[in-house]
Amino acid sequence: MIVMAKNKSDQKRRIENVLSALKHDKLAIASLVFLVIIIALALLAPILPLDPNTTDVRNMFQPPSPEHWFGTDDIGRDYLSRVIYGGRVSLLVGFLAMITCVCVGVLVGTVSGYCGGWIDSILMRIVDIMSSIPWMVLVTVISLFLKRGLKSIIIVIGFFTWMEIARLVRAETLSLKEREYVMYAKFVGIPGYVIILKHIIPSVLPTIIIAASTGIANAIMTESSLSFLGLGIQQPMSSWGSLLQNAQSYMQNAIYMAILPGLLIVLTIFAFNKLGNLLRIFVEPRVMSGEKD
Amino acid sequence: MAKYIIKRILAAIPMVLIITVICFALMNLAPYDAIDAMTTPNMSPETVALIKAKYGYDQPVYIQYIRWLDGLINGNFGYSIVTHQSISADLAIRIPNTIKLILPAYLLAYALAIVLGLIAGSHKNKWADKLIDGICAIGIALPTFWVSMLLIYFLGYKLNVLPIVGMHTIGQENSMIDYLRHFLMPFIALFLSFLPDATRYVRSSTITQYSEDYVMVQQAFGASKAEIMFKHVCKNVLLPIITKLGMALPMLVTGAIITETIFGWPGVGPYFVKAIQGMDYPIVMVILVLSSTLVILGNLLSDILYCLTDPRIKDLG
Repeated sequence: MIVMAKNKSDQKRRIENVLSALKHDKLAIASLVFLVIIIALALLAPILPLDPNTTDVRNMFQPPSPEHWFGTDDIGRDYLSRVIYGGRVSLLVGFLAMITCVCVGVLVGTVSGYCGGWIDSILMRIVDIMSSIPWMVLVTVISLFLKRGLKSIIIVIGFFTWMEIARLVRAETLSLKEREYVMYAKFVGIPGYVIILKHIIPSVLPTIIIAASTGIANAIMTESSLSFLGLGIQQPMSSWGSLLQNAQSYMQNAIYMAILPGLLIVLTIFAFNKLGNLLRIFVEPRVMSGEKD
Repeated sequence: MAKYIIKRILAAIPMVLIITVICFALMNLAPYDAIDAMTTPNMSPETVALIKAKYGYDQPVYIQYIRWLDGLINGNFGYSIVTHQSISADLAIRIPNTIKLILPAYLLAYALAIVLGLIAGSHKNKWADKLIDGICAIGIALPTFWVSMLLIYFLGYKLNVLPIVGMHTIGQENSMIDYLRHFLMPFIALFLSFLPDATRYVRSSTITQYSEDYVMVQQAFGASKAEIMFKHVCKNVLLPIITKLGMALPMLVTGAIITETIFGWPGVGPYFVKAIQGMDYPIVMVILVLSSTLVILGNLLSDILYCLTDPRIKDLG
């Protein structure tokens, strides 16, 4: 009980540390605000007065004006609406791919670390092999086997980028396994999966959260790169990456089409990375902001 | 130490083999294969069987695999199912082009990263560090393809100073100036994509070195800041970086897929992307095997270099 109480107060102190670091870091506050706005826009897009689909051929390539804040695209659609709807797709891919990738990574990492022995050897060899294929090659090759579109891009990113998380989680599980409370739980005969769920996963949670926040950033980056190459999101759906791919053809007379989606990608990735770094203070209380990356 | 190196080499061989098996399996599972590409629906079954026999597709799968592997080892990578050209001949032209682009960008990025990283790491939490680290944070968030687009727009269209596509202007294949003009934009884009990661790596290892006891000892003995930096910290920071260069080996083939595609640089990138879009499996699989083998070789190389340069690892055995 005493240990638990101590852990509780420790947790509380750590959360306070993060909050105070957040207060002193204006860039982190800005990142948080930016993400809240962008996520809110993405969620609320259907009830906002936005229309990403009506074409208007008389108003093609309109530069930004009071009527169309960010101009119109090659077939006269309102570009701001297109970008906000594109953000829905980009963020959705980011979140779902991250969740898949974290789940697989945590599952492999905890099982591998907790069970040890031949299970560990096999799982880690799989991780070694999968991480020896350059990610760009791996992800594009897998996308070859699936019908292009939203679902397959989530699967591709989610199931083929979890190796780093698995390694991190495994390393932590290995040290947790030697802790007294885990040894005790094992001794009194609690089954392995319960120990993993009840004792190991809660302890690696902070690591998982950090990995998740950089994971979203990476997933958004991967999705936009793939879509830019024409291997990701397909028409009529669009994401920031595929909007940029489209903008590439009209760059000479409509550069504003390339600016907005690109800027949003940069800011979103920056913000997720920034918050991920801030959360590190929670896990490594002595490491104050930006000491390790 | 020799024992350790041999052990590492022996561990790498099965990894490469497994990757070739995976590749081959993927090629076989693919919904559309080489036979579909070579035959048309109105060919008679006999003709199809003949074509199958000619290319060895009538053999059992494991024999096909052994033949394919044998080809890979002997440098015969097979043929594209779209253009029917020899993949090894194509790659022999494209890989040098990719290396010509990536190597200078990578080396320059690392050279600058070492300088910036050492400055940032030795001035931890001062303005220079905050500035460099902040720029890196933005740099990491910049998608290469977007940077390339902006470069094309500003340098190519607006200022009209640099050509936007390809490696040479037709008719000026031997002009060095023409080559450099084509080279500059993809080079900048790649350089910018390598720099932030490399800088952060150098910075964090500099910070780690500064927290070591030997630095405190030197300070206690009254060594000057420059002395500590150049005589002690530098050495310990640079050593792992030199060994890390081994890991850059695979980059020489697949390190610039996006950049090369955007700038139409005739390297491995556009070749690979075109093969993916055209479902040209043999090419895709060769590049997959080649690049993963290079990753494994690169890791091996950097482990060996590390082991040779760092006496502390010698007794790992």
